[in-house]
Amino acid sequence: MGSLLLKRLAVALPTLLLVSMLVFLLQKLLPGDPALALAGEERSPEVIEYLRERYRLNDPVPVQYAAWLGNLLQGDFGNSIRTRLPIGTMLAEKLPVTIELATLAMLVALLIGLPLGILAALRPGSWLDYGASVFSLAGLSVPNFWLGIMLILLFSVQLGWFPAGGYVPFTQDPLGNLRAMAMPALVLGTGTAAIIMRHTRSAMVAALNQDFVRTARAKGVERRRIVLRHALPNALIPVVTLGTLQFGELLAGAVLTEQVFSIPGFGKMIVDGVFSRDYAVVQAVVLCTAAIFLLMSLLADLAYGLLNPRLRT
Amino acid sequence: MSAVSQAPVRQQRRATSFLARAVREPAAVAGGLIVLSFIVMALLAPWIAPYPPNASDWMAIRQPPDAAHWFGTDDLGRDVLSRILHGARASLAAGLVAIVVAVCIGVPLGLLAGYAGGLVDLVISRLADAFLAMPFLVLAIALAAFLGPSLANAMVAIGLSATPIFVRLARGQTLVVCAEDYIAAARSQGIGPLSIMAAHILPNILPPIVVQASLTMAIAVLAEASLAFLGLGQVPPDPSWGSMLDVARQFLGEAPWMAVWPGAAIILLVIGFNLLGDGCNDALGPSRR
Repeated sequence: MGSLLLKRLAVALPTLLLVSMLVFLLQKLLPGDPALALAGEERSPEVIEYLRERYRLNDPVPVQYAAWLGNLLQGDFGNSIRTRLPIGTMLAEKLPVTIELATLAMLVALLIGLPLGILAALRPGSWLDYGASVFSLAGLSVPNFWLGIMLILLFSVQLGWFPAGGYVPFTQDPLGNLRAMAMPALVLGTGTAAIIMRHTRSAMVAALNQDFVRTARAKGVERRRIVLRHALPNALIPVVTLGTLQFGELLAGAVLTEQVFSIPGFGKMIVDGVFSRDYAVVQAVVLCTAAIFLLMSLLADLAYGLLNPRLRT
Repeated sequence: MSAVSQAPVRQQRRATSFLARAVREPAAVAGGLIVLSFIVMALLAPWIAPYPPNASDWMAIRQPPDAAHWFGTDDLGRDVLSRILHGARASLAAGLVAIVVAVCIGVPLGLLAGYAGGLVDLVISRLADAFLAMPFLVLAIALAAFLGPSLANAMVAIGLSATPIFVRLARGQTLVVCAEDYIAAARSQGIGPLSIMAAHILPNILPPIVVQASLTMAIAVLAEASLAFLGLGQVPPDPSWGSMLDVARQFLGEAPWMAVWPGAAIILLVIGFNLLGDGCNDALGPSRR
């Protein structure tokens, strides 16, 4: 397991370094003087001079990158031009909100996707299997911001059951927090539920056709036991890997959901950053999302190694 | 007949049989018909739309659907149906341009990585990995932000974000094709690497790329709508389904139809591309998926 971890780290770390280079080079896409663009609305000579100094804009590009990376490695993402706060502090404040949303969405996805996938695999060709296919196609085709708008229309505007938006910290009011997060989690989790359903179904169909299942059947083992004790644990191996990878995707998908429900998380931070031309904030969010995504890939590989007996050493 | 001279015949047969199998897949046919009707709708929009897309009727603001305005009107008295018909142009153009960008950059790079191997493969693959580590939508938002908000930049941003998918796919398929005898035969006859890649490998890796292109079109249409919804796509007043939804959000209580129809259009077009891609994927056969 240790060697697997080292091997994966040896791939993940250079990839993260490459991502940091690409994120740094985003600045170079800005038309005109980067200091002016980075300053946004703020055009005072002191700010422009500060930015020129900070990003070493008069230096060659590799030197600029090295200085930028050096600051990042010390946890210094710079200051937001809009809020004037250190971006590191903003990230620490917003990230837990998005992680809560993504975790709840993953819970929704597992609660819908797993049982539906298993049931569809047990009755291939049935109306239930057909319904599950329709659900998965719809889940992959409905834009989550539209689903959010429709849920707000139904449950907030018409029925008044849930708040249309906003966020209450869990520590302040746990019930209020869950009420505010219920619709966003459902919206964000639906697409992932469709993906998990598809993979669970195909993994279960494959597992149910394996020799050990046939042997168990021949031995007269009860059907319920065959499904739950023999087929399911095997089918879940690829699903656990997929679920871990999907968690990274959920963090990205949260951008739109947070926008629709006005949740002050990571996604809203990048959108606000885009509109206030707070480019350092945009870069920090892209870099952090990529880092989390790579961490999730690493965890997915490790989980696969742990769960698959053939890879255990 | 040598293996090399047989190759084009075999390639042609493969491509024809892929098409023949695809038209027998009900999902591919249904998806194809949906996509085709949207293309016809987009092309004929100026003639079939009942009103100009940006024409305001100040006497008919937020009118519910009726005989004069089948899908109702928006907050500026514009006909929602006409705006949806014209909005199809932005969605389809975004999908098409994004795919052309992604395929034209991604496929040659993937081909080169798979064929050349070694350091070239390492550099291209690591770059693709780095791009893939940045989630599609976040990367598209960041690129659109740095390039500046406009439909053209959104298309390029989506295309660049989708490029690594095609690099990976083309590389993997090239590795499979390179192991075939006719490639070894072509090499032994002294045919240059460029000719081998263009004439022998590319035609053989096309079917899975076509399938991926259709599935990626679905993602690109959703991404364009998302960027427009966030204000990073088509610039108002020109219609785009995503920006129509953004405006509709402010009038949910008074004019829900403003949100229902653009959403339905996005869903239907995305379902079309997904069905087309899934159907063609089934037509590929298990060995090429």
